Amino acid sequence: MTNVSKLAVLPILIGAIAFSANASAQTARKPADPALVDAYVKSTFGKAPPEWQARIEPDETLKVCNAHRNEVPSAEVDKIIKRELAKVAYPADGKLLGDWKEGKKVANNGRGGQFSDPEGTVAGGNCYACHQLDLAEVSFGTLGPSLTNYGKDRKFDPEEAKNAYTKIYNSQAVVPCSNMPRFGTNKVLTEQQIKDLVALLFDPESPVNK
Amino acid sequence: MKHAAAGTALAAILLFLSGLAAVAQDASEKEIERYRAMISDPLSNPGYLAVDRGEVLWAQKRGTKNVSLETCDLGLGAGKLEGAFAQMPRFFADASKVMDLEQRLLWCMQNVQGLDTKDVVMRRFSGPGRASDMEDLVAYIANKSLGMKIDVPLKHPKEQEMAAIGEELFYRRGGVMDFSCATCHAEDGKRIRLQGLPNLSKPGKLPQETMGSWPTYRVSQGALRTMQHRLWDCFRQQRWPVPEYASDSITALTVFLNKQAMGGEINVPSIKR
Repeated sequence: MTNVSKLAVLPILIGAIAFSANASAQTARKPADPALVDAYVKSTFGKAPPEWQARIEPDETLKVCNAHRNEVPSAEVDKIIKRELAKVAYPADGKLLGDWKEGKKVANNGRGGQFSDPEGTVAGGNCYACHQLDLAEVSFGTLGPSLTNYGKDRKFDPEEAKNAYTKIYNSQAVVPCSNMPRFGTNKVLTEQQIKDLVALLFDPESPVNK
Repeated sequence: MKHAAAGTALAAILLFLSGLAAVAQDASEKEIERYRAMISDPLSNPGYLAVDRGEVLWAQKRGTKNVSLETCDLGLGAGKLEGAFAQMPRFFADASKVMDLEQRLLWCMQNVQGLDTKDVVMRRFSGPGRASDMEDLVAYIANKSLGMKIDVPLKHPKEQEMAAIGEELFYRRGGVMDFSCATCHAEDGKRIRLQGLPNLSKPGKLPQETMGSWPTYRVSQGALRTMQHRLWDCFRQQRWPVPEYASDSITALTVFLNKQAMGGEINVPSIKR
């Protein structure tokens, strides 16, 4: 028994260590002249189609993230959360859980959004690039936290499912300057795809919770 | 007791499974390392075929002036190749510009040889049945800095500007996924799927090993690839627009990365998966 309880404590300890390591001191930097940066960007990406160039024009939130290299000053935190939360659209019928089997496909699909993709390519969430989910999938990245047992660990709480929907739709509405893409707001994934991912995390039948 | 035993067993299995990916990673990396060692000697690394082709191209008379590139100044004097790559990108007074090796070669083709570089640029990245003069020339010239240390000059104000803008671009997020170079390359020990990611945000061993091993022969692509191609591919995966070949942001990033890699040993052409 003692062995089991020790093992259960381990991830919490690891999490705490990772968190404290993250809170590194901010260093003062002299920002580069924005006009000069723009000139460089133009010289390299200026021949791309206008809609592609628009995608690398930082919005208000990304400007703050870039200026602070994602270590947001506390004064900006609430502003970003408010701004990004306004860009989240929830399903009209209030149903947040789609089909976990479809979600599994979305999580494994890393295609879409690249200049080499043929037109009409269905984009995926590419979740496994950064997260562990289903334990059966051993090829997972570590840029994000493990999401194994995500729904189970949260007792399948509907409020937590809503938080997950928000996080996938627009990560910065939850964690300002998060490294995670804003899948819904940036129109990478459809509402249905996001619901299917929420199901992958929160359906008790999903392999993520097995 | 029975439950406790079952629980312990389950916990052990879970621990084993979570360790499995790391084990798989270690095993495959070891295997790749062994494979690399096996073929990285000049007699079996296909990258050296590009070196040989580059040597021929360097001496070949071309362009309206019908001369070779042998009087092209790569920063250390006309035609001097030894160590030139180790000190690039650099500021060139005759062009009034900081240039990486590929930009400089295009400049020499145009100005020394009088060559229309349209075709050369079209073949910038080789493909099946399509050789790339640039890849071959870079392999040949970079190999002339084999065993030397990365020593990118940062004295000229334009070189300093390039390093500063390169750093800015490294952290600039954008595209539909909001990705920057730093999204993947600013933390130690991270990976995408099973692929390890070097942290390039701090000077030291990881940027040194990374920058000291380009150009490289990519086994998966069956081609010699340069830093221009590596960054083009990074921007593709970042979901950014197509970057213009041999343009200033690419050079700025290269200056910044070489600054991080200062003192790293050059071992090229290397071989990668």
